[in-house]
Parts: sequence; C-alpha cells; structure tokens
Amino acid sequence: MARTVIPFGPQHPVLPEPIHLSLVVEDERVVEALPTLGYVHRGLELLATKRDYNQMIQIVERVCGICSMIHSLCYCQGIEEMMKLEVPRRARMLRVVWSELHRLHSHLLWLGLFADSFGFESLFMQLWKVREKVMDLNEATTGNRVIVSVNVVGGVRADLDEAQIRWIKDTLVEVEASIRSLQSTIMHDSTVCRRTRGVGVLTKQAAYDLGAAGPMLRGSGVAQDMRQLKYAGFDEIAFEPIVETDGDCWARSTVRFREALQSIDLVRQALDKLDGSELAVKVKGKPEGEVITRVEQPRGECLYYLKGNGDKFLERVRIRTPTFANIPPLAAILPGLDFADVPVVVLSIDPCISCTER
Amino acid sequence: MSFLKTSQIKSPWLMHFDCGSCNGCDIETLACLTPVYDVERFGIINVGNPRHADVLVVTGTVNPRNAEILKNIYSQMPDPKLVIAVGACGCSGGVFRDAPNVLGGIDKVIPVDVYVPGCPAKPEAIMDAVVTGLGKLKGILEAS
Repeated sequence: MARTVIPFGPQHPVLPEPIHLSLVVEDERVVEALPTLGYVHRGLELLATKRDYNQMIQIVERVCGICSMIHSLCYCQGIEEMMKLEVPRRARMLRVVWSELHRLHSHLLWLGLFADSFGFESLFMQLWKVREKVMDLNEATTGNRVIVSVNVVGGVRADLDEAQIRWIKDTLVEVEASIRSLQSTIMHDSTVCRRTRGVGVLTKQAAYDLGAAGPMLRGSGVAQDMRQLKYAGFDEIAFEPIVETDGDCWARSTVRFREALQSIDLVRQALDKLDGSELAVKVKGKPEGEVITRVEQPRGECLYYLKGNGDKFLERVRIRTPTFANIPPLAAILPGLDFADVPVVVLSIDPCISCTER
Repeated sequence: MSFLKTSQIKSPWLMHFDCGSCNGCDIETLACLTPVYDVERFGIINVGNPRHADVLVVTGTVNPRNAEILKNIYSQMPDPKLVIAVGACGCSGGVFRDAPNVLGGIDKVIPVDVYVPGCPAKPEAIMDAVVTGLGKLKGILEAS
C-alpha cells in the first residue's frame, strides 16, 4: 500500500483550536505525524515591554482563557517573590478556591470534548450542563464567567461573604452528585472503554523521558503534581496527586475525572480555612531580579520566568506551558494508530494551543 | 420566498473558526450549543465543513499565518453568508492589538457583519448576534 498524506486541521470539527498535523498513513494506519504550529501565535511575551507589571496581569490571563486564573496566579506569585511580599492567608486561600474552580470547569469541559471526539454526544451535553453550575459560581463571585481576573500583585481583589460561601458549598454538593452520576459511564461503559482502553499507550518510562506533564504524566503512573510545591494556600491543605498506571486514553480521562472530584474537595477545604486577614498587601517599589515560578494548571506544569530591572516594565517574561511539554509524547504515540483513533488520542493530551503558542 | 431561502433563515448552519483566540470566546461559543443555552432548539446547527455553513463565527485576532486559512474558509462558504466576529479580539485586536504578531481584528481580512463585544463575550451575547445577523441575511435574501 502506497503512503498517503492526510492533512488534519487547522480547521477541523473535533479541534476547538487550530493545529495542523500531516498524517502519513498506510491503509488506515498512521505511520508518521508531523505537527505544524503558529496559527495562534500573538507574541504576547513581548508585550511585557509595552505594558507595566500590573497591566501584564490582564495580558497573562489571556494566554489561555480556560486556565486564566492559574496563569495570573503564577505570574503574581513570581512578582511577589521578586518584591518579597507576604500574601495574606485569606488571599492565599481564596486563590486556591478560584484556581480549583477553574480546574473543575476545565476538566468538565475536557471530559465533554473527549466524549464528543468519539461521538458520544449525550455525555458531552451532560458534562457541559454540570459545568454551567461552576461557571455560575465564577460569574457570581467575580463578575465574569471565564476570565475571572481576581489576582493582583500582593493578593486578590474580590472577597467572599458568608452567604456566598454557603451558596458555593451547596452548589458543589449538587455538582458532585451530578458528576458522580456520570462516573460509571465515563469509566466503565463498554462503548467508551472500547474507544479508549489500550489506545495511545504511553509507558511510565517514556512519559518521564519525553517530559510529559500533568494528567498525561500521572496517567502513566508518575506521581508528580506542582501542587506538591505548596504554593498559594496548598501548604495547609491535604493533597495527594492522583495517579493511574495504564498510560492509555482511559487512564488519562480517569485521572481528570478523579481530579475534578478532588478539586471540589480542595475548594471545600480552602473555604473552611478562610480567616479574617486582609485581601491584599500594599505594594511598594518595582520588581527587580530574576525568578522562576511554577504552578499546576489543569493540563500540567506551567513555568514562568520573570526578569525585572527595577523599572515598571519587566525586561523579560518567558512562559512554558504544559501542552508544549505534551507534544513530543503525542508525536511518539500517534504512529501505529488507526486513523479513526487520531482525534481521540490528540484530545487525550488536552491540547491548549493558545497556551503553547501565546 | 422560496423554500430554500426560508430554511436558510429559519435554520442557519453555523461554523466556528478559532483564529488565534485565547479560548475564552471559543468555549463560550461552544457553551451556546449545550443544554443550558441550546441554540439547536432554534434550528442552529454547528457544522465542521465551511461548504455546509451559512454563518461563520470567528473568534480571536488575525496573524499572518491564520489570515490565509481564514480567507480560504470564507471563500469556501456559499453565498449569501454571514460573518460574526466574537469578542474584543475579533472586533479590534483587544488586549493583543500591540503584540508584534497581531494584524488586528477579523475585519482586516474578511468583511464582518456583526461584532460581539466582551472579553470573553457571553453566550447570550453570541446568540443575540446570530439573531441580529439573521435579520440582515433576511434582507439580502428578500432583495435577491
């Protein structure tokens, strides 16, 4: 059988974002996959020279709309480290609340898209219906559904009152019950298992060697999660990374499913630990020096390198995002797959192209 | 009006293209299709092929690379067609307008019929834009 090259993307119904893969196929089997990037590149790291360090918060939030809160958390954390600011405890706990709500909505979104990638549309609809409750929480507590913009250098800008905390807890009970009712379908349904079990297997060693990140790495059995670094309020919160050992698409979706439930637990823990301290400390001076800071995004480890020179403009902002780390493992597992499994496997890394290209 | 024209207004088929957006507007566009908003009850269906689409929903800024793809998709759609630019980025470039690789809003490349402000635009606003656009499409169809 002669080799054929099939273009996949940049505009493809299963891809919410533009990425191009040249798939070299023999019959129905993929022999090689060559990714092409650059459709979402905006060059926003260079905006650091045009926007001051406070305005950059709004820019880094828009690196990626799905995990915007966690991007700005990482950036603020870096600036705070540079300026030696001590963030109040209440602000650190509130950061955990909103970052975990973001992780929850991101994982529900992904599980829905994943179900859609193998044609299970009713599951997609069910998951997104649950997700809307989380979006309501974001909107009611911060004023926006997606880009919540709560972080400022030195703390947070929004607060939760008693009634809101009670309402969040009540809503999370409903959300948890709805997610649990879908558990048997996502994890044990025979049609789902046939499309995901044993598909796109990444071994533990390969995941580690190729530098996979996040659920991709944990789905292959490596217990690594940046929340173990105890940033924001995670120093006071009981947390264990979630690990699956199969390394296939099923393991990756199970890791995300269990993490969604874990996020609910983390939000509850953080809400219980809110104290009466301030929301933000006063900021004096300009950032100076170099700093590397890491957080765990829904997709994996996100790293920021910031360099200030005592001016209000930062000299350099460098962002390394989890999807970038997950593309080499993806290119390694694509060869040998059936052509129809390509959308499932591509989605299983939870690609966020706008993060990757910025 | 003929059957074909009526159905184009009553049941427009929509295609979404992410043109360098931050994902915020994309997930809000997708949220329109899901149970809480559910535009399918109005006959609006999301399709993957530009040749089947009446309405093109574009999110995000244009850069030199995706400008070609956007033009390509637009030219593949049958006439008459509607273009909706969603979000601040799609309208003008938004917060990214000064970034080195950004050309600006969608209207730098293809003609836009409806602009939806917001960063990101809310699902209600996107649905409202589609309805507004359909009014315009109706005018074009009646005149032809």
